[in-house]
Amino acid sequence: MGFFSRKRSATSAKERLQLVLVHDRTDLTPGQLDELKDDLLKAISKYIEIDPEAVRIELEKDGREQRLVADIPLKHMPRHRAG
Amino acid sequence: MTAKVITVTSGKGGVGKTTAVANLATALAMDGKRVVCIDGDIGLRNLDVVMGLENRIVYDLVDVIEGRCKLKQAMIRDKHLPDLYLIPAAQTRDKNAVSPSDMVRICNDLRPDTDFVIVDSPAGIERGFRNAIAAADSVLVVTNPEVSAVRDADRVVGLLEAEEKGPPSLIINRLNPNLVKNNDMLSAEDVLDLLGIRLIGIVPEDENVIIGSNRGAPTVGDAKSRAGQAFRNIAKRLQGEEVPFMDLAPQSGLWNAIQRFAGRK
Repeated sequence: MGFFSRKRSATSAKERLQLVLVHDRTDLTPGQLDELKDDLLKAISKYIEIDPEAVRIELEKDGREQRLVADIPLKHMPRHRAG
Repeated sequence: MTAKVITVTSGKGGVGKTTAVANLATALAMDGKRVVCIDGDIGLRNLDVVMGLENRIVYDLVDVIEGRCKLKQAMIRDKHLPDLYLIPAAQTRDKNAVSPSDMVRICNDLRPDTDFVIVDSPAGIERGFRNAIAAADSVLVVTNPEVSAVRDADRVVGLLEAEEKGPPSLIINRLNPNLVKNNDMLSAEDVLDLLGIRLIGIVPEDENVIIGSNRGAPTVGDAKSRAGQAFRNIAKRLQGEEVPFMDLAPQSGLWNAIQRFAGRK
């Protein structure tokens, strides 16, 4: 990385801490979070078709509150023709 | 008088808990309050040297708990401030010599004729930490604007919530305004945003703090020290006064330029 493109260290400190604190607080490793996502997607896919590429499931922090936020777009399907 | 018991803790060691206790206790006593500090770091006592009282110790906290002396006999009076006392930690024992209920009992005995009891917690989140917070009416968490210190502070804040001792107030210690300006140190806003608790003070990095501990004379006694000013402000806030936060923008101007040129900065 060149001098001008170097990300200043405070920015990476904050980004890294944001991630670490979310996992520390929920006692969930990144690996476990991935498993949770897979299980969630499997469960949802039993009922509706989703687009796995567009799914976004993240732990977010709001003050000292934690929340699991999921944005799961459904696959576009042509409507069944009646009759 | 009914004392307020304030515990100073951090999770990580070396962030300035003992310095904060010595300075806040001294500042409160300078404001005319009757203050007793308790060194809760059994086996690793340090508050005595930082306050310059190491040569006056006869009895310690564990002597009180085990009945070898009266509480008053273990209270060492400060050299300059007649209403400031220290109860030192035992140096040759370990944290298991003290229990949370011992701390509650001692603090309750101190409450009637004291304004503030300030407990210096050991680093860590085990027995010594539990002892230190047992009697606390409020808790101050000290951190540095640094990843490991902030992470450990967050753990401690979580544990305090679980123990229903929260929410604590935050002291950000050793902030370097020049590094923050260059975006090479987490700013106070960053740390607050990450930890999500109330701020009670920001203490700038200041070489006077080391000079003060070398001499056994806390920096608050030095009217010109920036860190001393920050600690005096925190002491006022602990007494319920509204004090604006110090302007910590890097000092610019000719003198700074000369110091930089001379290699002093």
